[in-house]
Amino acid sequence: MGLESALGEGYLTTKLDALVGWARKNSLWPMPMGLSCCAIELMSAGDPRHDISRYGMEVMRFSPRQSDVMIVAGTVTYKMAHVVRKIYDQMAEPRWVIAMGACASSGGMFRSYSVVQGIDQFLPVDVFTAGCPPRPENLFNALIELQKKVEKSSVLDYRDRKEPIIIS
Amino acid sequence: MSEHTKTADDFFDTPLPTTNLPPKEQRSQLLQALLDMDPDISFDDPLENDMVLNMGPSHPATHGVLRILLRLDGETIVSAMPELGYLHRGYEKIAENETYHEFITHTDRLDYLQPLHNNVAYILAVEKLLGIEAPVRAQYIRTMLSELARISSHLVGFGVMAMDVGAMTLLLWCFREREKIHDIFDLVVGARFTTSFTRIGGIAQDITDEGLAAIRAFIDQFPERQQEGERLLNRNRIFFDRCRNTGVISAEDALAIGLTGPNLRGSGVAMDLRRDNPYMIYDQLDFDVITETEGDSLARYYVRLAEMKESVKIIYQCLDKLPQGAVHAREPKKVLPRKERIYTRMEELIHDFMIVNFGVNPPEGEVYHAVESAKGQLGFHIVSRGEGHPWRLKIRSPSFCNLQALPQMLKGHLLSDILAVLGSLDPVMGEADK
Repeated sequence: MGLESALGEGYLTTKLDALVGWARKNSLWPMPMGLSCCAIELMSAGDPRHDISRYGMEVMRFSPRQSDVMIVAGTVTYKMAHVVRKIYDQMAEPRWVIAMGACASSGGMFRSYSVVQGIDQFLPVDVFTAGCPPRPENLFNALIELQKKVEKSSVLDYRDRKEPIIIS
Repeated sequence: MSEHTKTADDFFDTPLPTTNLPPKEQRSQLLQALLDMDPDISFDDPLENDMVLNMGPSHPATHGVLRILLRLDGETIVSAMPELGYLHRGYEKIAENETYHEFITHTDRLDYLQPLHNNVAYILAVEKLLGIEAPVRAQYIRTMLSELARISSHLVGFGVMAMDVGAMTLLLWCFREREKIHDIFDLVVGARFTTSFTRIGGIAQDITDEGLAAIRAFIDQFPERQQEGERLLNRNRIFFDRCRNTGVISAEDALAIGLTGPNLRGSGVAMDLRRDNPYMIYDQLDFDVITETEGDSLARYYVRLAEMKESVKIIYQCLDKLPQGAVHAREPKKVLPRKERIYTRMEELIHDFMIVNFGVNPPEGEVYHAVESAKGQLGFHIVSRGEGHPWRLKIRSPSFCNLQALPQMLKGHLLSDILAVLGSLDPVMGEADK
């Protein structure tokens, strides 16, 4: 690069988006919103065999203020939906959401009076994961897909973002 | 204080102005009452020194979505009240709209630490309603796999308890062992986690020699691995200090509240449905009912440890005694036919069509059947009106009943003791909230 050779040793020119995207995607701290069965598979994802830390995502933070991606693992009931939304609101921008499993994605097998039919009714979801519950490998797939998305996003995407809040 | 400053007391102590008042005999009753009233108003804080603290429903140590409202005096718990229902999925209502076969998949998600045990508990109730019994080989396989499920549940039970009081390593070791059990389920059942293995009158498929070898290989090495884990905790001063004499409950109280399972046996009551009311083949097996007398968190931990050893014993006996034979009862109108026969034979095709579309239609009546799951007495009460789906299905879930002991167990303890007590109770909210 012409500019780099002009600046000399120790300089690198790149796009800000590329640099920030690279940094963000490799330091996603998950907030495990473990609600039911999927939470056990989420714990399995952290066990010695599957080892979530291979993806730089092992730092599970139970405080929303320290985390970047919320993994909603399990059935969200109407009673719990307010809590999930409140915790999402407490997370700092930029933030992402993974809907883990059929229940979080669409209500799953629970077509019942008390179960929210998909968390996209009250949260902006980035990645949906299939399975009841998904195997840990499938969760990793979701994390890698999210990393791709984070990498591609622009720094300005998260500035002045107006999130759609759909209340059914 | 200077003369000019007036405090709130000065105003409240001032009696009502008596000028322009009608004479005493002309006053109304209300006015007289107001005049006679004591003007002192006290501002007592209704909570005094106490503080109300809300723990959960999203808390790393509440084992799911349990919310506990605590009333604290400093750091001491004055009273505690668990609030449930954050995972209420309406199972009992769902069951009324599904055939008996369809509901098997829902039982997986009840107590999601041991799905296979729930399958067995439910199917035994349905079989009792239908008046049929699975062949002996199927019962042996059910017993064997549900004991494996018990081990996997206890592994999470005491692994998470250890993590809550600060021993993170043990949780990872427990999950390492659990993965091995999941591998066996993957091989034998076809799914690693949500098994849905039982069918009315039998099981989904027969167990292969490869599966039996895998089970034997697991239980051969498991006691040693368990001892490895025990060595981490059983001489650990921090663990002992936090668990000894916390959450004590006497045998009388435990029975009165309705505790079952390891929590009851930790208080010294030797109640175990596997021995007291044997189902499947438990009456032919040799195992001990483990009890501890202290009734504290540590006692419940010891009971779980010892029960895993008993489970290994049971699995060894099942492996040795496992008979040959069919795994499906010969009841063509109740038991789903084999897939390969459906495509080639007319009778089987008709039965499959009728069972899948209209259900098994048990006779009118109601049954209750309970099994000893890893958490306690798990029972299904089914009311049938002769249709393909239950008219009413009530689940007696052990976690729900066990949680009722929480207020009594926590009273007078420190805030941090909640983790040790809750961990030793080992509730699963999917089951407690149903």
